[in-house]
Amino acid sequence: MTLDATVTSSHLNDSAGVITLDNLSVTFGGRPILKNLNGDLRGRAIGLLGPNGAGKTTLIHTLLGFHQPSAGTARILGSDIRGDANQIKSLIGYMPERDSFISKMSCIHFVRFMAELSGLPPRAALERAHEALFFVGLGEARYRNVDTFSLGMKQLAKLAQAIVHGPRLIFLDEPTNGLDPPARQRMIKMIREIRDSGQANIVLSSHLLRDVEECCEEILILKDGRLVVYCNLEEERKANKKFLMLETRGDLKSFVAGIGSMGCECAMTSDHRLKIILQDGTKIRDLYKLAAGSQVQIRRLTYKRDSLEDIFLKAMENGIVSEARP
Amino acid sequence: MAVLERSYKRYTGALSPEWSRFLIIPRHAFRDVFRSKLFTGFYALSFMAPLVFAILIYLRHNTEALAIMRLNVVNVLPIDATFFLTFVEIQGWIGFFLALLVGPQQVARDLTNNGLPLYLCRPFSRSEYVVGKMSIVILLLSTITWVPGLILFLLQSYLEGWSWFSQNIPIASAIFLGSLVWILLLALLTQTISAWVKWRLAASAGLIGLFFIPSVFAAILNEMLATHWGNLLSLGSLIRNVWAGLFGTFVQQVGQVQQVRRGEIIREAWVTEPPLWASWLVLFLICALCLWLLSRKVKAYEVVK
Repeated sequence: MTLDATVTSSHLNDSAGVITLDNLSVTFGGRPILKNLNGDLRGRAIGLLGPNGAGKTTLIHTLLGFHQPSAGTARILGSDIRGDANQIKSLIGYMPERDSFISKMSCIHFVRFMAELSGLPPRAALERAHEALFFVGLGEARYRNVDTFSLGMKQLAKLAQAIVHGPRLIFLDEPTNGLDPPARQRMIKMIREIRDSGQANIVLSSHLLRDVEECCEEILILKDGRLVVYCNLEEERKANKKFLMLETRGDLKSFVAGIGSMGCECAMTSDHRLKIILQDGTKIRDLYKLAAGSQVQIRRLTYKRDSLEDIFLKAMENGIVSEARP
Repeated sequence: MAVLERSYKRYTGALSPEWSRFLIIPRHAFRDVFRSKLFTGFYALSFMAPLVFAILIYLRHNTEALAIMRLNVVNVLPIDATFFLTFVEIQGWIGFFLALLVGPQQVARDLTNNGLPLYLCRPFSRSEYVVGKMSIVILLLSTITWVPGLILFLLQSYLEGWSWFSQNIPIASAIFLGSLVWILLLALLTQTISAWVKWRLAASAGLIGLFFIPSVFAAILNEMLATHWGNLLSLGSLIRNVWAGLFGTFVQQVGQVQQVRRGEIIREAWVTEPPLWASWLVLFLICALCLWLLSRKVKAYEVVK
């Protein structure tokens, strides 16, 4: 008797989010690690950010069924982690943060073994193992023992075992840890390729903001076990409308003085370029009025986009503020 | 995801049945185990005893061969419960050494290399993992214990006739059950030690110690208290009692103790083995303890409190 993977996944609710957190809490030895997490994560690539000890890895482990939630629950691709653990596990791939291997196995044997454990028949498992290893760039080294691999190769082997069974959701826990710049670039490229294929969703946990910025469309920021930000990265970048950059023509003296009298901060970066930080209550229309009054033409007005670092730092600050509130 | 295309593609083919997935572990483990020439040689040697027993059975029914060799084993070597008990005992102890070579590295390797999260993030439960690891020892030892034992039983039945087979069915069940109890005990002990002692040599030494050190204590206790209840500490004695019980050769009274003062017997007592149920109970408790210890250790990640 064989099962068909398409049948197994057919009754999943496609309208459901990739991951739905429903008051999810996890406690270890009486100490709360994750506190009432709520959210409906739907992005193709979701970045899981947070300082060390924020609960990123614990959240992934809980979603994988390694830890039981102390309260609340979560749903992955529509299935509840409390009741449908096995079904969820057949749809996900996991690349652990630490070195994780089965020793005394060649790389191809290791990846094939993992594919078989995921439910693939031996022949298909071997075929997919070859494909996965070529995909991650270990094709030439696939008959070597994993124990002899360098750190970068081990990371690639871990990625291969995570994708060999073609999961719908892939958890990558610090995938670029310990990689040199070229290896890191290669890893990021592969993650983006998987994302762009549209065949799998990715949850990328990292404390390296650049990795997340390069791979993810949505970010979830944890701090002290609480969810402080969940947003679309592109929209969040545009959301900061206080920092303006102007390109102008005309005499700027009276215009700059006028901006100062409105209570805004202003700096000239060249003869025709200005950076302005708007105060609360100041509108763009007021700037145009002032420019018209000062005989200044505004040729271009752009908002400075927040970097992920800005968003992250803001989230950390806000987190502290909200924690301080009674 | 093709080798040449090098692109990610979801798998949509058929899946293997869930019930059979624990067998993936022994299948891959045997490939590694039989790579060792020492092990393969020892495994081949473990079939010597079944061969000798088969020859004995054959000779007993071949009067011409006996006449040529001028042997009279018909009365010297009866093929009965004791004959098969001896076979089970010999193969059981050979099995112990095989388990010693194979068992202690199984879980320890995965723990040392953080391999458990890789198993448990898949549709593969902790119990399937433990059963899979145990089945390495179970399948291997089965091939040298109850499988050849039952073949010998069938050979004897074939040569002796249907009436012998029907009269001695309990011997067949004793071969199977006796071997299975021993194999299960060994599988559980090796996996438990492997889970708690990561260093292979230490784990092997631990397993040997577990069998021989309590036996020494049991002997001392028996000597000091003039009893045989100390045997409940000795795994070897426990399994011997269980085997004897299954083959119907268990004797509870084993000897007489006399206390003599100035040439006069002042106290006389029978030394008795503990009852058979006590041996079963202790074995059951040992297995339960092993399972509990395994459940504490076989986890994807340990939570440090």
